[in-house]
Amino acid sequence: MTNNGTILSVKDLKTYFQTEDGVVKAVDGISFELKKGETLGIVGESGSGKSVTNLSIMRLIPEPPGKIVGGDVVFDGIDVRSLSIDEVRKIRGKRIAMIFQDPMTSLNPFLKVSTQLMEVTQLHLGHDKTQAYEHGVKMLETVGIPDPRSRMDGYPHELSGGMRQRVMIAMALSCDPELLIADEPTTALDVTIQAQILELIKDLKARMGTSVILITHDLGVVAGMTEKIIVMYAGKVFEQAPTKELFSTPANPYTRGLLKSVPDPAHEQGKELYQIPGLPPDVAHLPPGCPFAERCDRVEDICRKEYPPFVQINEGHHSLCHFAKEVYEESRREKAAAA
Amino acid sequence: METNDNNLISLQDLQVHYRIGGGIFSEAKTVKAVDGVTLDIRKGETLGLVGESGCGKSTLGKAILRLTEPTGGKAFYNGKDLAHLPKSAMREQRKDLQMIFQDPYASLNPRMTVGQIIGEPIRTFGLANGGIDARVQELMETVGLSRRFIKRYPHEFSGGQRQRIGIARALAVDPRFIVADEPISALDVSIQAQIMNLLERLQAEKDLTYLFISHDLRAVRHLSDRVAVMYLGKIVELAPGKDIYAEPLMPYTKALISAVPVPDPEIEATRERIILKGDVPSPINPPAGCRFHTRCAYAIDACRTTVPQLAEIKPQHFAACIRINADNPNIHANHEAGLGALQQK
Repeated sequence: MTNNGTILSVKDLKTYFQTEDGVVKAVDGISFELKKGETLGIVGESGSGKSVTNLSIMRLIPEPPGKIVGGDVVFDGIDVRSLSIDEVRKIRGKRIAMIFQDPMTSLNPFLKVSTQLMEVTQLHLGHDKTQAYEHGVKMLETVGIPDPRSRMDGYPHELSGGMRQRVMIAMALSCDPELLIADEPTTALDVTIQAQILELIKDLKARMGTSVILITHDLGVVAGMTEKIIVMYAGKVFEQAPTKELFSTPANPYTRGLLKSVPDPAHEQGKELYQIPGLPPDVAHLPPGCPFAERCDRVEDICRKEYPPFVQINEGHHSLCHFAKEVYEESRREKAAAA
Repeated sequence: METNDNNLISLQDLQVHYRIGGGIFSEAKTVKAVDGVTLDIRKGETLGLVGESGCGKSTLGKAILRLTEPTGGKAFYNGKDLAHLPKSAMREQRKDLQMIFQDPYASLNPRMTVGQIIGEPIRTFGLANGGIDARVQELMETVGLSRRFIKRYPHEFSGGQRQRIGIARALAVDPRFIVADEPISALDVSIQAQIMNLLERLQAEKDLTYLFISHDLRAVRHLSDRVAVMYLGKIVELAPGKDIYAEPLMPYTKALISAVPVPDPEIEATRERIILKGDVPSPINPPAGCRFHTRCAYAIDACRTTVPQLAEIKPQHFAACIRINADNPNIHANHEAGLGALQQK
């Protein structure tokens, strides 16, 4: 089945939500493969479906109103969708771990750091109290928390945001997971602390060989951290490519717009910034054509009428656009002109 | 005091100290959120103010507008010291001095319509000649909102649109100076560019002066004429935008800039990143001497005792570090050469 080093394979995953406003297709057909030791970045704005993708993989979608309505999630040969909740729990936290955006709300404020760290290994690795405590200290040390023994007996509120996120990472990595899903792990942190945490994830990945899915809205964060990237918009995969190729020759107008709208420190101040006009669409009421058509700078009649094809550009590079090839050629020309 | 005609706002040793604790069980402590800031904001410029959370940048912005009471120092606007104006006189000045807030969800009253929100300052200052609604609609159009939305409530808008409402409210009184406190950090990437362009357009059209507070160095670089870097209540570096990015002097500024990830995998793969150790120390009990010495790679003994003063190291480029001066501006070179605390000029 899934061998040749593939740890996670997601095929045409669809997660819909029933709302008063109609069916929201939060994730509507996402496919990717993640190899052992690889890092995948999922980029998108709020409401694009990037977090729902992850929660679906972990079977954490609240049901109702949500439901995984189609597709396959295969983790190391196991069909995750067919597992019972008990079986999923054995994988969750042990073989697949997760870190969330907000380290304050993801830690229990009433419990000591030690209690929260020990719970994981007592549950999954059958540690007794002493073993679990020592393991916890070791993990805090691994993630660079100074004086780990005294921190073990403290409470989350005594830690700064960056330290809390380190505790979350320590907890996530306690059982030496094969896959780490990091959902906006640095969004709530200062840039200096973000740099520390990203460096830590990189370092741990290199040491432990963990595969990582990194979800973020920040193109800068994924640029230095990932091997491949998925760009999501309105629940759809708009572009999917190896990281270098995505940044150098994007084949989707949305990706191009995103890249252009980030202010570049090297550029002169006072120049107008490229902006994608308009607002992201209401996912419950998508128009029949391309969901990005209203905001696209190269929209044509067909875009408003027909849903765009998912065009293969190169090995591993796909773009959801009627004019994917043309956009790709445009990027290549610009790249050549800039060089 | 001397007030230069080119300056719109002139801060002299402004302080905001809070007392916390002092109850039955705890000893009173002082948080020095803003600790002696002297800074000029020039007419028509955008002054960027950057720093990590807890450095006092938002408090400084609020203290200028007296949304937080300064506990010391002066803040001159139009020849008047805002910090010591009576409340009623300050109220009058607020017509010229407005603020845009970070959280477009929390800063708009959910029970008021857009028309009421934007109209409120107009009513307060009795500025409506003609109908208030007509003026509100004009403002809505200025910030890129359809005038049809005037009867709607904040929850019916997206984050970016709410930020536009907040901007329209600030503009309603025709201000001269706007403190924009992290106006884009809560917004999506594609919307951030829209709001930045809007702020720039409005500045050109209405001759506004901005204090742009942000932790996003890319945005600050894009918008600001000059940038001030703040650390634990003090300004540690001040320079024209392009200089501060091209040749930062302070080790702290260098680390801040190098921490920002660049959306280009090839640059990311090769560039060296300065990773600061630890967090910002608590402003309750800030380190003695240079407040950055606990995290600074170049700290020497003297840094633990001497408080560095902001000095002009290069033309228009100020820094507060005892290990650099105009003759030896490069701290790394000074460190290699074994230069100790240099004489301050």
